[in-house]
Amino acid sequence: MATVSLKKLTKRYGNIEIVHGIGLDIADREFIALVGPSGCGKSTTLRMIAGLEEISAGSIEIGGHVVNDLPPRSRNISMVFQSYALYPHMTVRENLGFSLKIAGAAKEDMDRRVAEASAILGLDTLLDRRPSQLSGGQRQRVAMGRAIVRDPDVFLFDEPLSNLDAKLRTQMRTEIKKLHAKVRSTVIYVTHDQVEAMTLADRIVIMRDGHIEQVGTPDEVFRRPATRFVAGFIGSPPMNLHEAVIDDGQLVFTSGAKLPLPGQFKANVAASDKVVFGLRPDDIYPTGHGISSGGAAEVHQIELPITVTEPLGNETLVFVEFNGSDWVSRMLNPRPLRSGERVAMSLDLSQAHLFATETGKTLRS
Amino acid sequence: MDENSSARLKRRLLDIVYRIGLFLAMLTICLPGLWIVLSSLRPTVEIMAKPPVWIPQEVSFDAYVAMFSGIGKGGIPVIEYFRNSLIISVTSTVIAVAIGMAGGYAFARYRFRGKSGVFLGLMLTRTVPGIALSLPLFFLYVRLGVIDTHFGLILAYIALNVPFTIWLIDGFFRQVPKDLAEAAQIDGCTRWQAFWQVEFPLAGPGIASAAIFAFLTCWNEFALASQLTRSVSAKTLPVGLLDYTAEFTIDWRGMCALAVVMIIPALTLTFIVQKHLVGGLTSGAVKG
Repeated sequence: MATVSLKKLTKRYGNIEIVHGIGLDIADREFIALVGPSGCGKSTTLRMIAGLEEISAGSIEIGGHVVNDLPPRSRNISMVFQSYALYPHMTVRENLGFSLKIAGAAKEDMDRRVAEASAILGLDTLLDRRPSQLSGGQRQRVAMGRAIVRDPDVFLFDEPLSNLDAKLRTQMRTEIKKLHAKVRSTVIYVTHDQVEAMTLADRIVIMRDGHIEQVGTPDEVFRRPATRFVAGFIGSPPMNLHEAVIDDGQLVFTSGAKLPLPGQFKANVAASDKVVFGLRPDDIYPTGHGISSGGAAEVHQIELPITVTEPLGNETLVFVEFNGSDWVSRMLNPRPLRSGERVAMSLDLSQAHLFATETGKTLRS
Repeated sequence: MDENSSARLKRRLLDIVYRIGLFLAMLTICLPGLWIVLSSLRPTVEIMAKPPVWIPQEVSFDAYVAMFSGIGKGGIPVIEYFRNSLIISVTSTVIAVAIGMAGGYAFARYRFRGKSGVFLGLMLTRTVPGIALSLPLFFLYVRLGVIDTHFGLILAYIALNVPFTIWLIDGFFRQVPKDLAEAAQIDGCTRWQAFWQVEFPLAGPGIASAAIFAFLTCWNEFALASQLTRSVSAKTLPVGLLDYTAEFTIDWRGMCALAVVMIIPALTLTFIVQKHLVGGLTSGAVKG
């Protein structure tokens, strides 16, 4: 099996540097998600690992061997493309068996491995069809089957679910998770969808502008975001982030609103520091309708007017106005609310985040 | 009459108008061909008659028989001309398509310095009428000693067709998603294998159509061939048509018969390859 290790990996197109010397160690059988907005360099990184892009500097090791200059076929990887990239002139069976045919495998061996892969993915009845006769989800499965058949050291997924509709995406997400449980290969999964990253990965790598912002388990990146960017990127709806200045042990927001400085940050900030205050929608709720947390002492009570509500059945997203700025809160066991109504809100400041405005780095020690 | 039935009537009337329009258009396109076939079967008197005789009074295959009867009996060396045409057209088509594939692939897949300039240059050569080049080409060929040879004409036709095949094949390779070649490389192919296993079969219909166009251009070309060939050993069928013109007369019937003989292989080839020209073969390759 295979570990993957990126060392000072850099990609330049002419004078423009796209990936700035990133480093990452991926354990054997680990499921890693590379996530970030468009243009952050995540796909380029994946394509460099695949060998489809040349690297400008640094090195890539797969299973302890440097593969910098090896062609894709010599890296024992397989890749699932966003577009599926099925060969349209071949049947599903031929698509699945193509890599084995190229490798010159014996007919029986080929049939057996195609049968195994199609059994895992439920493709048995589709083997003689062509890609054009398949639905989106089926094509996606064939693409995964083609990857499995090769029995690679590393699976690379390049936004494999972004062409599917919402329902199918959820379904295929589960299938990918099951698949990883079965084949136990190392997986590198690129997505711009943080929900996919959170649900699938053992560890998430959040990228931005060709840099790695944070690497951590889904829980870590959610609960302890290292930067303001990560805080805003992970979580849906996104964290409330508002600029403030420290004044006399209080947070004074640009709008003029004030909140007490959460206890956990008192040692790390000084007066007149410029900070960004962050609070997840889960930690701000109409009193009595939140996730109860331990730090009751840090819950701040305040009455705020409602601007809009978005009922989702089991919960309602409540948008409130706090001195002219919009904050989103999550209300569990919802009761009907009218816009304009003033409600008592609880802000659990023990869960709050503070980031330095200038660097964007967390002020948590 | 209610609205529905008047709308239905209107739709039917429009349908009839469309059909009549289509029939007239098709008639305009097909009439010259039909006229050639008819003229090859009837005597010159009828061909020259005014007003035209639409339905031939007597039909005979005399012109066809005479054509193959040999010199002195109204015959011309059809077999030799046919052979020349075939050798020249097939060879130059094969070479033009091979160059077109290499060039088209390069333009479709690679970035290189001066790419758009080179491409534009290739296209500009198409703006020069072939006949304008015939005189310089004639002098050049005389110097090189390739006048009145298969080789000379093949060379001219390759030059004539290459910009066109590159342009056409470039378009077809562009339609083959790049992901497919990359997937093939990950599946274990070399770049070369990925091309032949995946990209070539998918661009196949396009390459076939480029080949047909190139072949028909060579097969039908008259202006250059009439300048660069002299004798039976190199003259092509279109140039052979001139054999029916004498100082004071033109044998229209014989000329039409030879034209029919020329059209048949071109038509047959187009029919054979036609079924490979169906587009949409790449549908299903990517997303859905």
